[in-house]
This record gives sequence, C-alpha cells and structure tokens, in this order.
Amino acid sequence: MSKTSLRTSPAEGGLGDEPLLAVEDLHVEFVTRAGIVRAVNGVSYSLNPGETLAVLGESGSGKSVTAQAIMGILDMPPARIPKGEIRFRGTDLLKLSDEARTQVRGQRISMIFQDALSALNPVFTVGWQISEMFRVHRGMNKRDAMAKAVELMDRVRIPAAKQRVNDYPHQFSGGMRQRIMIAMSIALDPEVLIADEPTTALDVTVQAQIMELLAELQRESNMGLILITHDLGVVADVADKIAVMYAGRIVENAPVYDIYRAPAHPYTKGLLESIPRVDQKGQELYAIKGLPPNLLDMPTGCAFHPRCPYRQDNCVTDAPPLYGISGARNSACHYWREVLDGDPR
Amino acid sequence: MGRYIIRRLIQAVPVLLGATLFIFAIVFALPGDPIAALAGEKRQDPNIVAIIRDQYHLNDPLLLQYWYYISGIIFRGDFGKTFAGVPVTQLLAGKLQVTLNLALVALVLEAVIGVVLGLWAALRRGRATDTAILASTLLLISIPTLVSGFVLQLWLGVWLKQVTGTEIFPIAGTTQGIKSYLLPGFVLAGVSIAYLTRLTRTSLVETLRSDYIRTATAKGLSRRRVIGRHGLRNALIPLVTYLGADLGNLMGGAVITETIFNLPGIGNQLYQGVYLREQPIVVGIVTILVLVYIVANLVVDLMYAVLDPRIRYE
Ligand SMILES: Nc1ncnc2c1ncn2[C@@H]1O[C@H](COP(=O)(O)OP(=O)(O)OP(=O)(O)O)[C@@H](O)[C@H]1O
Ligand code: SF4
Ligand SMILES: [Mg+2]
Repeated sequence: MSKTSLRTSPAEGGLGDEPLLAVEDLHVEFVTRAGIVRAVNGVSYSLNPGETLAVLGESGSGKSVTAQAIMGILDMPPARIPKGEIRFRGTDLLKLSDEARTQVRGQRISMIFQDALSALNPVFTVGWQISEMFRVHRGMNKRDAMAKAVELMDRVRIPAAKQRVNDYPHQFSGGMRQRIMIAMSIALDPEVLIADEPTTALDVTVQAQIMELLAELQRESNMGLILITHDLGVVADVADKIAVMYAGRIVENAPVYDIYRAPAHPYTKGLLESIPRVDQKGQELYAIKGLPPNLLDMPTGCAFHPRCPYRQDNCVTDAPPLYGISGARNSACHYWREVLDGDPR
Repeated sequence: MGRYIIRRLIQAVPVLLGATLFIFAIVFALPGDPIAALAGEKRQDPNIVAIIRDQYHLNDPLLLQYWYYISGIIFRGDFGKTFAGVPVTQLLAGKLQVTLNLALVALVLEAVIGVVLGLWAALRRGRATDTAILASTLLLISIPTLVSGFVLQLWLGVWLKQVTGTEIFPIAGTTQGIKSYLLPGFVLAGVSIAYLTRLTRTSLVETLRSDYIRTATAKGLSRRRVIGRHGLRNALIPLVTYLGADLGNLMGGAVITETIFNLPGIGNQLYQGVYLREQPIVVGIVTILVLVYIVANLVVDLMYAVLDPRIRYE
C-alpha cells in the first residue's frame, strides 16, 4: 500500500475552500463532582475527501472525546460544548436539530471503536446488526437487508460470509469482529469514517490487515478517514497528515512527511524518539518522562512545561498559541524553531 | 437441548435427596412425641400408641425411617400418610394448587410492576420520578408482610367495599377465582417488587452505559430504538434469573399471606405440619418446594440461553 495512492488534493473534493469536515476551536468539558474537566480545549483540525488524518496523543489527551463530539454521541450532561464549531460540508453540526443530526450520524459520518467485542451487541447476530443500517435508514425489508449484509461481509473479506451471517459476535475472532464493525460503519457509504484505535486490541499481523482493509475501502470510496491511534508505525504508512494532541489541545499539526522529517514540538519529538525502543505495544508513550497533566489542575502557561526539555522561564507563565510554521503546519511551542533545528539537550 | 434438560434433572436428584434428608432429620430431632401431640389432652391407650408407632416406623433409626419414606416416593409416588390416615398426596393436591396460584399471581405482579417501575426510574435517572420510585421501594422493603397484609386487607378490602358497595378485592378465601388472589398476591410480592424494581433500574442503567449502546447511537438510530431494541434485551437477562429464583421464595413466603387471607394453601398446611410433628406432611411439602425450585431454575437456565446467545447448553 503506497502513501501516494491515498493522497488526494483538497481540490478534488469540489468543495472550494471549505474542507469536508472542519473542527474549529472545539471545547468540550465534563461537569463532575470533582469539578469541571476540560477534556478538549480549543481543538481545530480539518479533513478532505480521500484524506487520512491521524490523531496522535497520550491516553487522556482528548482524542476520543473530540471524535465523540463530531459524532454527537457524547452524553450531555455530563458533557457540554461551551464553544466551537464542527462544520460538515459547511454546515455546523452543533447547530443542527437532534433530528437532523441523527440523519448525519452513521449515514454520512460513521465511527468504529477500539474493542469490537464490546462494541457489538452480544445478543444479536452480526447479520442482524449490519442489516439494521439498511432496514432503519433505507427502509429495506429483512431479506434484502440481510443480502446486503452478506455483500458487505464479503467486501470486508470475511470468509464464508453467507454461512456466518447468522453467527453472533462472540463466535468470531478479534480481527473478524473488527471487520464486522467496519462493514457496519461503511454500510451506507459514509463521507467521513472515524476509526478510534481500531487495531489496538488486535495482534500485530491482524493490525496490519485491518489497516490495509481500511486504506483499500477508503481508496474505493474516497471517504475522509480520521484515524485515532497510539501507533506511530501505522501512521507513517497510511496518514496524509497528523494532529498531535496533548491535554485537550492540538500541539502540532502537519503533513505526515514533515513531522517525520523534523517535528516542531518537543512532545511530538518525544513521541517519535520513543518509537525504536518499543518492544511492547502501548508502552511507547511512557518513554516521555513524567505524567500527563491532571485536567482538573492544569499547569500554568504551556501545559507541557513540567515535562519539556526545551522549557524556558516564559513557558511557565505564557501559554503558547498555535504558531503557523508554513502553509499546512502549526506548532504550539514558543521555541518551535529550536525544536525544528535540533536537539539542545 | 433435550439431553441438557435430562442431565440437569439427573443433577437435581442429589439435591432433592439431600434437602429431604435434612428436613427429615430436623423434624425427627424436634422435641416432643408426635403421637402424644396427636391425642392432645386425652389419655392414650399404650397398646394403640405402640401400634401407631410401629405402623409409622417411629421406633426405627432415622436413616431407616428416611429410607422407608423416600423409597415410597421414588417407587410408588407415595408421599406417606398423615397420622390421621389421609394420604399426603391427597391432602396436598388442592392446597398446592392454591399456593401455586398465589405464587404465580405474585410473580406476574412482581414482574410487571417491578420491571415497569425499574425501567421508568432508569429512564428518569436522577430526576424526581426516579427518587420517588427509589424511596417507595425502600418503604416497601421495610414494611413487614404481616403489617402490609393487614393494612391492605383493611383499606382495599374492607374500606373500599364499604365506600363503593362492591367487593373489588376479596379479603379472604379463594371463591372468586383469580380476583381472590390479587390482594394476597400483591402483599406476597411486595418486597420482591421493591427488589426487582431496583435490580431493573440498575440493570438498564448499566446496560445503557455499555459500548454497544454507544455503537447503536453512532449508527444513527433513534433513542427509542437504541433503548428499546439494543438496551432492553440485554437489561432483561439478569432479571430472569432473579424472577426464577424468586418463585421458590414466594411459595415459601406464602405461609404468612395464606394465614392473613385465610387461603387453604400448603403454607397453612406446613405450619400445622410442623406444629403437629407430622413428618410426612412437612417433608412432603419441602420436597415439593425443592422440586419447584429445581424446575424454576431449569426454566431460568433455558430462558437464559434463549436471551443470551453467548450461553450454550453444554
Ligand atoms: N464522561 C466523562 N466524565 C468525565 N471525564 C471524562 C468523561 N469522558 C472522558 N473524560 C475525560 O476526558 C479526558 C479525555 O478522554 P479521551 O477519552 O478523549 O482520551 P483519549 O485521548 O481518547 O485517550 P485514550 O488513548 O486512553 O483513548 C480524559 O481525561 C477523561 O478522563
Ligand atoms: S512552549 Fe515551552 S514548555 Fe511548551 S513545549 Fe515549547 S518549549 Fe516546551
Ligand atoms: Mg480514546
């Protein structure tokens, strides 16, 4: 699978200047007993048709919450969105009525989750769950919808789809279950697919197969893909651009090539430097010393300063804005130049 | 599935034997002489006493007595005779029906009221309705059946009849068919209703937190469909177990209710049996209760497998 085949110029979407999906200055907070948890603090990113955006970041950095806000599946309360826009083809989803929002959800923007075993309903057959999309949203009868489900299972390459359509989720292997999740999410040809750590729960070989499948489906349908992941190895292969999140903010935003060549934020740099040392998945992020901040008690100034090797005095007091570096590239670091230039340590 | 049922029934045999032996031994160990109790204040002819004792094997050791008893049940379906000479099966036949009716009416009331209240509370979680329902379940749990029985008998039975002029809830006996069982059934179900309400509420709340509910929402389904189709079926699974186990409890708990509402059931009979040390009656009733337990559990397990495909008969 080559990177270039996935890349599509924004103009191909035919949307003029407006991207397919644009998250703008999104804030999400949770009202809890301990206080207000500001999980997402002004996130912006955009996605064009056929494009893959990888969202990277440590556990708790707000990747999933942002995705759930786009899907409109946050529980409100406790969640609330005090500020921000989520524009889909120019329309702010946050301003839509519940009904209009439901029309977008699952049909035009859909999502797959990390753990397909718990994400699929244990008491219904996989065929029933896939065909539900056609029955509910397309008004198909049971038999036609089931035939469609078999077709989709074939398309995501589940062997003997016809025989297995009446099996239950627990009767499949982890990789097959994730394929079923994918079949369900692409059932109605969505324009945007959000994959929230779709391979984290799987074996390495299976991970590669699933990523390949996603890339292939994307190629066929030209949908925009938001890939939330911990796995920097995967990102290099499939992503067009990367948004790195830290403590509910985007700290670096750049085309994948630029980031790999020279990161412009100390956090991104830390993430990249930790790759070769990985022998067990999930551990790479701990290579950056220190812990992610407590969202209830955020550090002053730059949220990364307690862990940052580039820290200067003003970092503790002044929060860095997202500095524009070049056309599609931003970094939320006062000293991005130094970071770009090399290692001062 | 047939094989599964048969195996389960075979597994039930030791349970049944153990339970009956246990009860048999307890009644055996009760102080006092059953034959003396039979005669009451009257003086007894020692010869007749000896004959009766012999006839009922009362002089034999416990295990032998038990063997006579249990072999009668197993090989002849004979549950023995009372000291007055009436076969226990005959004595209990009609009474068992009464208690079963009572327990089933209670079970249906429990299931309907408990599930409806529980679901309602869960869907209004944290709001006034939820709080009110939870508070009333606490109240229900804390009132003894004896009190709620008499109070409801007085209000819904006697008082309502005086006010309306018609008997909406009969207060005693079984002469009016299912209507006679409504009030006692509700009293019997009271505490269970409270527990089931709470269990239902918790179960649905938990279910609605699960990942597959989030998936269902992400599929663009209406909230109604998410809860009704994807949530309900999963939320109901634990309730089935509870209801099945509760049928046995309800039959066991029928003693008090049958006394308050003067229903001629086995609860009443059990009380007399223990009082008179009528081993065959007591053990017979217990055997029946254990059987009901076992069958109810089997039905629960089968329903479980229907509701939850992850469970197989293996
Ligand atoms: N319902 C909630 N109530 C309170 N806080 C929440 C809730 N959901 C999420 N959060 C908080 O929001 C923050 C961001 O969570 P999120 O799930 O987006 O992290 P993530 O980047 O996806 O991490 P991971 O890699 O572990 O999936 C976390 O600190 C979490 O504690
Ligand atoms: S602003 Fe300062 S503390 Fe923050 S990442 Fe840059 S150098 Fe480090
Ligand atoms: Mg997450």
